[in-house]
Amino acid sequence: MYAQQVDTGLAKVQSNAEMDAAERAFQARIDADVKIEPTDWMPEAYRRTLIRQIQQHAHSEIVGMLPEGNWIGRAPSLKRKAILMAKVQDEGGHGLYLYAAAETLGVSRDKLVEDLHAGKAKYSSIFNYPTLTWADIGAIGWLVDGAAIMNQIPLCRCSYGPYARAMVRICKEESFHQRQGYDIMLSLARGTPEQKAMAQDALDRWWWPSLMMFGPPDADSVHSAQSAKWKIKLLSNDELRQRFVDQTVPQADYLGIAMPDADLRWNEARGHYDFGAIDWSEFHNVLKGNGPCNRERLAARVEAWEDGAWVREAAVAYAAKEVLRQKEAA
Amino acid sequence: MSEPRIDYLLRLGDNALVLAQRLGEWIGHGPVLEEDIALANVGLDLLGQGRMWLSYAGELEGALSGHARTEDELAFLRDGGAFRNVQLVELPNGDFAVTMARQFYFDQAHLLLLRALAASVDPRVAEIAAKAAKEVAYHAERSADWVIRLGDGTAQSHARMQSAIDRLWPYTGELFAGDAVDAAIAAAGIGPDPATLRPAWLAAVDSVCAQATLARPTGEWMQGVQGRGGKQGVHTEHLGHLLAQMQFLQRAYPGAQW
Repeated sequence: MYAQQVDTGLAKVQSNAEMDAAERAFQARIDADVKIEPTDWMPEAYRRTLIRQIQQHAHSEIVGMLPEGNWIGRAPSLKRKAILMAKVQDEGGHGLYLYAAAETLGVSRDKLVEDLHAGKAKYSSIFNYPTLTWADIGAIGWLVDGAAIMNQIPLCRCSYGPYARAMVRICKEESFHQRQGYDIMLSLARGTPEQKAMAQDALDRWWWPSLMMFGPPDADSVHSAQSAKWKIKLLSNDELRQRFVDQTVPQADYLGIAMPDADLRWNEARGHYDFGAIDWSEFHNVLKGNGPCNRERLAARVEAWEDGAWVREAAVAYAAKEVLRQKEAA
Repeated sequence: MSEPRIDYLLRLGDNALVLAQRLGEWIGHGPVLEEDIALANVGLDLLGQGRMWLSYAGELEGALSGHARTEDELAFLRDGGAFRNVQLVELPNGDFAVTMARQFYFDQAHLLLLRALAASVDPRVAEIAAKAAKEVAYHAERSADWVIRLGDGTAQSHARMQSAIDRLWPYTGELFAGDAVDAAIAAAGIGPDPATLRPAWLAAVDSVCAQATLARPTGEWMQGVQGRGGKQGVHTEHLGHLLAQMQFLQRAYPGAQW
């Protein structure tokens, strides 16, 4: 999802026999659905995994502002412009809560941002795709935020208190984001032939990358099992992906646009849609930095950070002067 | 469009809309995440205000001429010469100091204007202005705060802020230069004579510059005054590019609903 391949640092899932007494007590609390709070003892691997997961999520929010920000200036009505600005602003807010949640685990926001800029920290593969038309803004809200919600609603129940609480707030806003995206798609689908073609083209380009957001198949993911045991991942990649497909196909039908998948069909026996094979080589390449916009996205973040250095330095210098002045006045 | 009230509402609406469009360019590119959020917030407030003024202008136009334009028709289907914003708000963002200097000069004047408009004899104008003034009080506090922090921050930030306020100074005259529209509006009790707002504005600018350890610019040459400014539809080269971006979809797909 926004956190697609979180390394737990463990080669396999730890069994109870391999745990020491503190680890067993910790696991027992998790099994009993007791929330872990920042001051509680936690295994180092749990702490590190959570930092990686939350920071991937936070970075995704921040990098995700770029493809949508690309259309703020060109939104086709003042109402759509206001909604899009508010949405991108919400994403900045989500980034802030998530960085704050990560900081409760003993890492600074500056360090996390530094890791992003150095290419050491990941963010969701989806934001490395370009927004070429206004319909892409609809498709992102509908599909990308739709996929994000699928993953994030269960995370409201995750074992780490600050993360779970941040997610509650984020989910409320994400569901508004998804609705606005679908509303854009509806207007296009009911619009002129050119607008309808724009909607179809956006679905064609965003559908497969949206499915990749859920991460690799369960069979390839040892880390997911450990994260599941820690209850920082509550449903598997494949379960979430299936739920997403099942939810989204009827929505596309309602819009009157077609999924770009010849193998997509309802399977009565399974009670789910079957769908075609995902091109995992594309996914791995995008993660490696070879997506259509990886370089631009990271460069834009680095540029904003570097161009803003003098502003941040000035704010710090001014604050220090103020402290000094208050001391002198006292 | 001989009714001065329509022209006046377009000035108010276009100032807010064009500045919101500029602020939107910052989102995702601010110096620190909190600023991305704050710039978006100010932009959203202004966009909301712009929509209220433009909608009112369109309705009034409809009542007078029988042809009412919507906020979107006004925003997306007028060419530059029909825009009535002051030149200050269309100037490019520049660095963060330029953006904040532009915001500071504008916010201080905007706040004074809105507070005066809250007493307008036109109840709709008074109502919009009263709502907007609450938002703009926060904008004014925030931009003044940044002018002070950057002015009295590091040597580099001081130099950048001084250069920004110097560069934008010649565009502040238009905020207070009245013309026939302003005179008619003042005579009707709809809004203030803009010249009357300048002393309070100058006092605020002086006070903030002093706190910021900046030298308040003193140049007397002003752009866009004497009836040849944005308020009369005479703009800088920058507005055309701003509109080319903002109006692209509406122009490329005429009549489509979005």
